[in-house]
Amino acid sequence: MSIIQILFFALSAFAIGSAIMVLVSKNPIHSVLWLILVFFAISGHYILLNAQFLAIVNIIVYAGAIMVLFLFVIMLINVKKDSEPQKQFLVKLLGVVAGGSFLTLLVALVKQTGQIQGRTLLMKDGVIGLIHPLGKALFNEYVVPFEISSVLFLSAMVGAVIIGKK
Amino acid sequence: MPIQYYIYLCLALFSIGVTGVLTRRNAIVVFMCIELMLNAVNLLLVAFSKMFHGYALIENATSTTGIDAQIFVFFIMVVAAAEVSVGLAIIVMMYRNTHSVDINFLNRLKN
Repeated sequence: MSIIQILFFALSAFAIGSAIMVLVSKNPIHSVLWLILVFFAISGHYILLNAQFLAIVNIIVYAGAIMVLFLFVIMLINVKKDSEPQKQFLVKLLGVVAGGSFLTLLVALVKQTGQIQGRTLLMKDGVIGLIHPLGKALFNEYVVPFEISSVLFLSAMVGAVIIGKK
Repeated sequence: MPIQYYIYLCLALFSIGVTGVLTRRNAIVVFMCIELMLNAVNLLLVAFSKMFHGYALIENATSTTGIDAQIFVFFIMVVAAAEVSVGLAIIVMMYRNTHSVDINFLNRLKN
């Protein structure tokens, strides 16, 4: 087993284990912290795929900004640990069964799909994940969506302030 | 590395997110599970972009096939950040009205 495979399996186990811990944690703050670990594992996967720009953006935007926002809101509204009424056991069981059957269905579907059988992906070679090619593509072909996303951010900011002000 | 490994990893993360949305009642945790699903999709997009880039490099050594997917992931992150800011504002407003973040209180839209 090569070093890349070892890293892949370690990061995958880390990501899935942390994602399960997000679900089973009773305290929402613990869920946020576990979710940050999931995002770090996914950033590790990006680095493994040589998508360095996305790895950094994932850490800055998701682990840095979005999760801090979640933590702020949780601390602001002061959710007590036992104030969350638990669903009944049956509903929880049905949720897990539904999620498991969804996973089984998709795995069976992937196993049958012919187009991806035996295809491999490039791990550490290739330059498309670096900042230089991505920046060139972003500011040449995708400059209009880039500007539109700034308008989206402005409207989201105004919307958040207006909703939160009342 | 076979592409199937990445597909299975992303399916597992996505299904965990779906299970979280179905089983939890805290609106903030439900929102976090939606973020988890978004991230699973992002990872799959990057994996597929590397797959097609690898096959395009065989024919043309200077090909930039697959760069679109990574730009797409960037825009998904942008939209997710905007979505989170508005969604958390809605959750705060909901807490102010009902003093709870239980999603079962949201059924008052029914009447």
